[in-house]
Amino acid sequence: MSENSSSSTKIRCDACPVMCYIAENKSGACDRYANENGELVRVDPLTIIEYDEEAHLVPFLTDETDWDGSILPKPDSFITAVGAGTTYPDYKPAPFIVSSKVDDIDIVTVVTEGIYSYCGVKVKIDTDRHIGPETSLVRAKGEPVGHVTTGEYGSQMLSIGGVNHLTGGSKKEGRITCSTMLNLCNSEAVELSIDDGSDIIVQAGKPPIIDGYVEKRMRVGCGSATIGMFATQWKGLVDEVVIVDDHITGVVSEHQAGKVIDWPDTGIRINGRKSTPGRYFQVAEPGNGWGGTDIENPLEILDDFNPKIASPGQSLLMISTTGDQFAYFELDGSLVPIQKKIPENLEKPISIITDNCEPALCTVLFIGGAGGSLRAGVTENPVLLTRSVKNMLTRVTCGGAPTYIWPGGGITLMVDVTRMPKNSFGYVPTPALVAPIEFTMRAEDYKALGGHMDYIQPTEEALQGILGPQNDHILRSDIRKTPNLNNPWPRDYKYFSQTKKENPDA
Amino acid sequence: MHNLPQSGILNDGNRLHLNHGPIDLIIEAFGDHEVVRSAYEKAQIKFNHILTELVAELSILRAPVSPTQKLLKSAIGLRMQEAVYPFHPTFVTPMAAVAGAIADYMLSVLCENNKLRKAYVNNGGDIAIYLRDDEVFNIGIITDLKTRAIWGTTTITHIDNINGIATSGRHGRSHSLGIADAVTVLAKNSAQADAAATLIANAVDVQNTTLVKKIPANELSPDSDLANQLVTVDVAKLPQKLAERAVAQGCDRAVDYIDRGLIKAATISLQGIVEVVGSRHILTQNCNAKI
Repeated sequence: MSENSSSSTKIRCDACPVMCYIAENKSGACDRYANENGELVRVDPLTIIEYDEEAHLVPFLTDETDWDGSILPKPDSFITAVGAGTTYPDYKPAPFIVSSKVDDIDIVTVVTEGIYSYCGVKVKIDTDRHIGPETSLVRAKGEPVGHVTTGEYGSQMLSIGGVNHLTGGSKKEGRITCSTMLNLCNSEAVELSIDDGSDIIVQAGKPPIIDGYVEKRMRVGCGSATIGMFATQWKGLVDEVVIVDDHITGVVSEHQAGKVIDWPDTGIRINGRKSTPGRYFQVAEPGNGWGGTDIENPLEILDDFNPKIASPGQSLLMISTTGDQFAYFELDGSLVPIQKKIPENLEKPISIITDNCEPALCTVLFIGGAGGSLRAGVTENPVLLTRSVKNMLTRVTCGGAPTYIWPGGGITLMVDVTRMPKNSFGYVPTPALVAPIEFTMRAEDYKALGGHMDYIQPTEEALQGILGPQNDHILRSDIRKTPNLNNPWPRDYKYFSQTKKENPDA
Repeated sequence: MHNLPQSGILNDGNRLHLNHGPIDLIIEAFGDHEVVRSAYEKAQIKFNHILTELVAELSILRAPVSPTQKLLKSAIGLRMQEAVYPFHPTFVTPMAAVAGAIADYMLSVLCENNKLRKAYVNNGGDIAIYLRDDEVFNIGIITDLKTRAIWGTTTITHIDNINGIATSGRHGRSHSLGIADAVTVLAKNSAQADAAATLIANAVDVQNTTLVKKIPANELSPDSDLANQLVTVDVAKLPQKLAERAVAQGCDRAVDYIDRGLIKAATISLQGIVEVVGSRHILTQNCNAKI
């Protein structure tokens, strides 16, 4: 080196506002950006999932049905983007672009953290309770952060976040929205309140707590479906069964499932809008009572029995869709139902409903769009990456967890946050969430989509802390984790063995 | 383009990690879940502006403190200036208290609502602590930043009136004029502890020897607040007498600071020698070294 090179090897770091001058082979004030031979490099911990002996033995021995004839994954490493850092918002190649071999196939994984200004959270709450009218605002700490969307089978969906709450409202609204999403995505308990509805505590993978009540069971089906499932098991034990449900209340004697097993008529009459025989809508108002209605006394949904058909002594069982509430009646001389003790032989047919209910849970899906600079970190032609993902040539994972990619334009992904490493999410004050993302594909497909081929380094080198050619980030320390066994191994042979555009998960 | 401040909860699910450039904070608050949650949120919001405010005043922060130095505008800058001012005319810049002052400031943000039982802000070893009633804070003291072996532990209670702990020495992130392996100081706040630890570590020194290698600070960090002052880059094994004398110089300075009410206690270590100055009951409990 010549005399005047001493000044040229002193570099100015632009990683933060301090703008340190860093002398050669020294680090800046932060100790995480350094000058190595005149190049600015970054040193931060990273999460690596390691497929070790023990971890892969478990699924192999216990779940032989999954055996698809492919070669067992060898002890293997997958570098996740948790802690990988990001090159946002510039055009630099992603912090890690690593190559590896799966059997005889050359694979490339592009690892980066994404900053998602466009992102949201979809929450599924397993409950029959009426938590609030559709389109009602969902608030956290008084700020609107989302809304109640559709009611689904045994569950209610909330849509939280999205760009309009993040950046379209007041500064405070954006901030609270961001922190609400962050907490939900990191599987923390979050208190939400719904306009004209309930206060709910939501935590991914835990039962919802609705107005202080911990929801235990998710119903086995709607009232009508419950009839369909269990009609034969009740026959001969009781004259009539009504499954009380805010959505579709079922009556066995009128229902098709009863008809086919010759269930006799009982003269029962239900208050509500009849849909098809034995199926009634709107038997009451929605609420926290029986089967998601507002009623505490199930007889309220009944009209008088038809005296031409009904007879005294006739028995009637009423149950909610989860089996949480039930009551047994017999008609007196004037055909009025009188509550009686449950006969012993009905206990099992009642508990079969409860036994078939699954635990009620909150599930949280992160939804985000891979933005421009994130895609630029992968390729010079972002649209080619999008196409490659759509054609199933490029597999997208978040912290090693599988994702669902929405059809249509762009790369809009959804991922179950409980399948990702703990506390994978962070935030930046713009406001936006920071989440890990990895793109894995065959090397030839990476080349075809205009990938940064000159920046590829072998995975083993990255694991040893050797610099990537983009000289941006040395892997100095890392956190090794065993894989979540519920997740498919991100580098499984089956994903890369076909060149055809088929989805191996389908 | 500059990186933005980042925030996340650490793997244990309890501690808050905030990072922006050289500022790296580990924060833990204790109390009702909701209180902790809202304290963390406030901390996140305030944290966003810290670095840019400090950078705006960087030229003053890097200049030696003097009675004529311009008063700083930012809340943290003022804390830094206040912490180093009592040491004038010894050479010191407000930067000597930067880590501690940030920790103190963030602790004050956390505790604003006065509902926490206990909290700490750890800024790379410079720690601001808050204790209420019967809460205690256990610390392990490391006397050699290179080996990081725990030399002794101590328990701080709210009666001790100690809200700041700081450690300075040769293997830390900033450069030292002296040769101490580590100087740990307990004081009424972290900024004061930080500045004092820096200056006590500077005093632990030997003159006229080839056993210590020093070079101008700005050769290591071109924009160092220490400019062309000589900072230690290497220390060979010193003869016992020489090392003891160096430690004694540090002790003299620490005793002076204690007499002036600036700090409560200090441990000074160099090549296996560990000296404790000040409230012995605080620093010598549970330690396995000979005092």
